[in-house]
Amino acid sequence: MNLSNISWRKLGLNAGVPLVILIALIFVPFYGSWADYGITLFSLFLVYIILAVAWAMFTGSTGYLSLATAAFYGIGFYAAALLYPAEGALVPLFVVVLVGAAVSFVLAFIVGAITLRLKGIYFAMFTLGLVLLMYQVVNYWLISVLGIRGIVVALESNEVIYYYLVGILVVSILVAYFIKRSKWGLALRSIGDNEEAAAHTGVNVTMIKILVFAISAALMGAVGVIVATKTTYVDANTAFNPMISFSPALMAIFGGMGNLYGPAIGATIFTYIQEILQTGSLKNYYMLIFGLILIATILYLPSGMMGLIQNLWNRIKGARRRALTRG
Amino acid sequence: MDLFLNIFIGGLLIGGIYSLVSMGLSLQYGVGKVYNIAHGEFLMFGAFITYWLQSMGVNPLVAVVINAPLMFIVGFILYRTVFTGIRVRSPNPGVFESNGMLAAFGLYFIVQNIAVLIWGSTPYSYQYLNTSVALGPSDFHLNRIIAAVFAIAIGVIFYIFLASTRSGKAIRAAAQDTATAGLMGVDINFVLAMCFGFGAAMAGIAGTLISVCYPIQTTMGLGYTVIATVVITLGGLGSIPGSFIGGFIIGIITTGVAYWEPGLAVAAYYIIFIILLLVRPKGIMGR
Repeated sequence: MNLSNISWRKLGLNAGVPLVILIALIFVPFYGSWADYGITLFSLFLVYIILAVAWAMFTGSTGYLSLATAAFYGIGFYAAALLYPAEGALVPLFVVVLVGAAVSFVLAFIVGAITLRLKGIYFAMFTLGLVLLMYQVVNYWLISVLGIRGIVVALESNEVIYYYLVGILVVSILVAYFIKRSKWGLALRSIGDNEEAAAHTGVNVTMIKILVFAISAALMGAVGVIVATKTTYVDANTAFNPMISFSPALMAIFGGMGNLYGPAIGATIFTYIQEILQTGSLKNYYMLIFGLILIATILYLPSGMMGLIQNLWNRIKGARRRALTRG
Repeated sequence: MDLFLNIFIGGLLIGGIYSLVSMGLSLQYGVGKVYNIAHGEFLMFGAFITYWLQSMGVNPLVAVVINAPLMFIVGFILYRTVFTGIRVRSPNPGVFESNGMLAAFGLYFIVQNIAVLIWGSTPYSYQYLNTSVALGPSDFHLNRIIAAVFAIAIGVIFYIFLASTRSGKAIRAAAQDTATAGLMGVDINFVLAMCFGFGAAMAGIAGTLISVCYPIQTTMGLGYTVIATVVITLGGLGSIPGSFIGGFIIGIITTGVAYWEPGLAVAAYYIIFIILLLVRPKGIMGR
């Protein structure tokens, strides 16, 4: 009796809550007087949630700080620019998403193979450099070789963009969940705890790091394709903007990476703040606040908002249990 | 032949500034164990303080006297407040390195956006000793030569400081093994904060020298951080002489690449960086 009770609650939490959120995501933005703005805002939420979840998938457990998000996101942009231009799409959008994901996967695989044998800090430097390199090379190629600055992408309707993003979110959450629950997840966490020990116990450390890095990159590439059909104009400045590397990282750290919900909560909160403080010099205040919160989080909230909530919850539960046993 | 000599001299001139920036980052990362992504922002701030002082009639090279101590104090206080806090809370040095780097990111956003709010993001420039001097086969601007001489002088003075004073010895001890140096009676929090302060001061001086030679902009910092990263990887993490020499090597290579194709100068650093990581991640002077 007691046992079945517990398992029902667990099932409810593990499957029920995400299902309710998913159903809400599918219907909520289309109702009420704010439907037009709602769908744009929710699309933005989804973009950052996916990026933060994908980032945390690799960095959260291994501790390798990747700053290459913008590189893979930018690849998605250019996949859309080349295969889905305004003059006429060469292939359906679905295929473009797959191509963006595949190219990001391959690039991440190569970058991972080069760098993931090295110490953590080199990896962070290298991935940051990768974004700047891609910016330079693409800019050079467009301006000096082709003689153009940007490419116009075919515009998609808000609804199509939104449902594609919901689809990618579902895939990301499922992938993140199954990686976490599988042998790989255990291997990744053991790498994060002590890489040498993990290698000695027979984990193929390099292979697992590279594969998970590449999977997270593929998700970022897929998001890039969809965002490109929303902004419609692709140039190196929007595609390889270093902020795209930094924002999801902060969001995930602020939300807490020990839990799948953490990055999503962090992304929602920060995207909303960003949306409010978007115009003119307020944007600089947003980034200033961003920096202050990042430092404060690292100093005082090492496990993020979810860690804080869990601590509070444990304390409440503990108090209740103590009261029960005493009574 | 003249062309190669030109590239060589031009590279040495810009390399002096690169050396100074990189020695600063090498102190912050090699000894202080903080990969300070905001390093270039200190440089940018130094450049703008110099611009502001010279617009009030102060000689830009004299501005160093105000600029460097100011940056040292800012860096010192930052390390004592933020990074020491993170170091004490971190369970092991690896965690400190990654958390320290993230905090440096926060710093990057704070410093850069304060600067953008004050100065906007348009380029600024002023004229100082903009006459040409014959050096080797062709002419170079006098201000660039002075900047390079200045940078080399500071590098040499700092090396003598490290090699022959008691504080220098403490820094070298901390660079070898932070924990053991602490056990041997080195006031480790003070020494690490001092290194961070020296790093910031060097970035500030480099900023002054850059403002003497080139137009300055609030967004220029990250580019110099990347150059300094490549240089300290080339020179060997934590090796001050390595960073000094590495700065000149990168200066010469980028001047050469910029001569053939200016759009690919950054790509050149990155390719050097990849080759280094693959072939010799310890760098030329690393242990």
